[in-house]
Amino acid sequence: MIHVQNITKRFGDLKAIDRVSFSVNSGEVLAFLGPNGAGKTTTMRILTCFLPPTEGSVHIAGYSCHDQSMEVKKRIGYLPESPPLYHELTVWEYLTFVGQMKGLLSSRLSQRRAQVIEQLGLGHVQQRVIAHLSRGYRQRVGLAQALIHEPPVLILDEPTTGLDPKQIIEIRELIQSLAGSHTIILSTHILSEATAVCQRVLILHEGRIVAEDTPSQLAVRLRRSEKVRLTVKDPPPNWPECLLRVPGVNHVLQDSLPNSWLIECDIHQDIREELARFVVQQGVGLLEMKRVAMSLEDVFLQLTQQDRLQLLERDDQPVSRQSMEGVVAPQS
Amino acid sequence: MTPVSILIAKELRCFLVSPVFYVVGAVFLFVVGLLAHLAVVNAGQQAVRIMQIQNSAAQLNLNELVFRQMFASMEIILMFVLPMLTMRLFAEERKLHTFEFLLTSPIEVHEIISAKYLSVFLIYIGLVTLTGLTPLVLSLYSSFEWSPVLTGYLALMLQGGLFLAIGVLASTMTENQIVAAFISFGIILVLWLLGGLGHLLGDSLFGHTLTYLSFTDHYDRLVRSLLDVKDLVYYVSASVLMLFIAHRIVDSHRWS
Repeated sequence: MIHVQNITKRFGDLKAIDRVSFSVNSGEVLAFLGPNGAGKTTTMRILTCFLPPTEGSVHIAGYSCHDQSMEVKKRIGYLPESPPLYHELTVWEYLTFVGQMKGLLSSRLSQRRAQVIEQLGLGHVQQRVIAHLSRGYRQRVGLAQALIHEPPVLILDEPTTGLDPKQIIEIRELIQSLAGSHTIILSTHILSEATAVCQRVLILHEGRIVAEDTPSQLAVRLRRSEKVRLTVKDPPPNWPECLLRVPGVNHVLQDSLPNSWLIECDIHQDIREELARFVVQQGVGLLEMKRVAMSLEDVFLQLTQQDRLQLLERDDQPVSRQSMEGVVAPQS
Repeated sequence: MTPVSILIAKELRCFLVSPVFYVVGAVFLFVVGLLAHLAVVNAGQQAVRIMQIQNSAAQLNLNELVFRQMFASMEIILMFVLPMLTMRLFAEERKLHTFEFLLTSPIEVHEIISAKYLSVFLIYIGLVTLTGLTPLVLSLYSSFEWSPVLTGYLALMLQGGLFLAIGVLASTMTENQIVAAFISFGIILVLWLLGGLGHLLGDSLFGHTLTYLSFTDHYDRLVRSLLDVKDLVYYVSASVLMLFIAHRIVDSHRWS
């Protein structure tokens, strides 16, 4: 449905995105993940024909963004980072205007308008002027705007910002219900969101794709060890060395918290029982012991750390699964 | 409905709920009404004076005494008022990020610009039509020739069309409405002063060029009912040029 080939976007000397290629199948949900300034919004703006790429080509539903932008625009629903709302219009007027602009005919328009108002829970605010709506409602009106013409492709730039937890869950459910019938790209820096709604995650950093996989695979691939966080009351001076005596312990690292250590062992091994017995025998006062699961957050941080990128750049080739593992190996 | 007509309808709706439009419209109509009133009072005083001297009813030329005065002063009023009407057109879209919506909707840039321009032009026609009350009321109590009044209104349309095109251009340059208003006021003022400079330089090629570039002489001729194709060409081509530059600027936002 979406084919992006080697797009580069330069703003003067700055390379906002650098030779990015990916494709998205029909009905798939893909997340762009990355810190601020990673190039997520720029990539989305290129996909929506708002910005032309400096190099490379984009095809959406078989149409080129460069030569057939009108056809592409008809097939895309786009929610920019800040929802594009006319503050002096009411929700109802705004959605009517958007529907007409997207080419809906009057009978279809009134049907679709009613549907999105229902879907996004805008019923009781539909006669309110947008300027008077809260941030959460504005975000929902923005989403309604992207959905009203039933586009096959949805591009949502941080769709859940400004929403409260209950609304976030509702919007995620909505996105999940749209998956399958729509091809969706969303960007986020909330990693749990990517895990919750996406089949595939694309991690961007400084304009490049540094990883691409399913959320669970990414976590598994990058996890080379189990970690346990241990906090004790009065550790002896040689406490790290003492800990190394426990069978199965490979590394002991000082944690950021006081009197707290991160203990690493081989993957698929649980040393907590041994460790607890040892700590109690030593009489140092066990305060806390917790297994640290490697979350997508850790993966993300690992991948976007500067030294890793430099390694990647030395290879100077698209990052495959193998080269990724090679990159991560030195730390584990 | 075409995208252009949909956008025009939306723009008109935004104008009609905007307090700026009502304030600007009210000030415009008040000032024009006041100036017309003063011109009529002045004409009346002259009539009385002539009657005292000649001891007979005076034949006053209202076209000369009232309407030409009114149109001449409206040139100045438009310079101040029209930038206020156009300032929001693009600046606000950029500020509210709705520009991104427009440019990702199936509508071409030239259609967006035409729609915005036509909508503000319609609003302007509405305001100018209301000033038509002055000649209508005067025609009930006196007689004058209608054709100079109509060419005066044609001059107002062309002049306003040019000022609005300049305003559209200024509005594409910034996302701050006040700055947009000042830019358009600045451009109009420079064009106005070019006329004076041209007259100072007198009968030289440079002087004639400057006079041609300024709208003052073109407007003067039209108000004096001297219909000339040269003046029509000036207004139409200058307005189109402004809108064309606006198109290039909007396009350039997509590249930077």
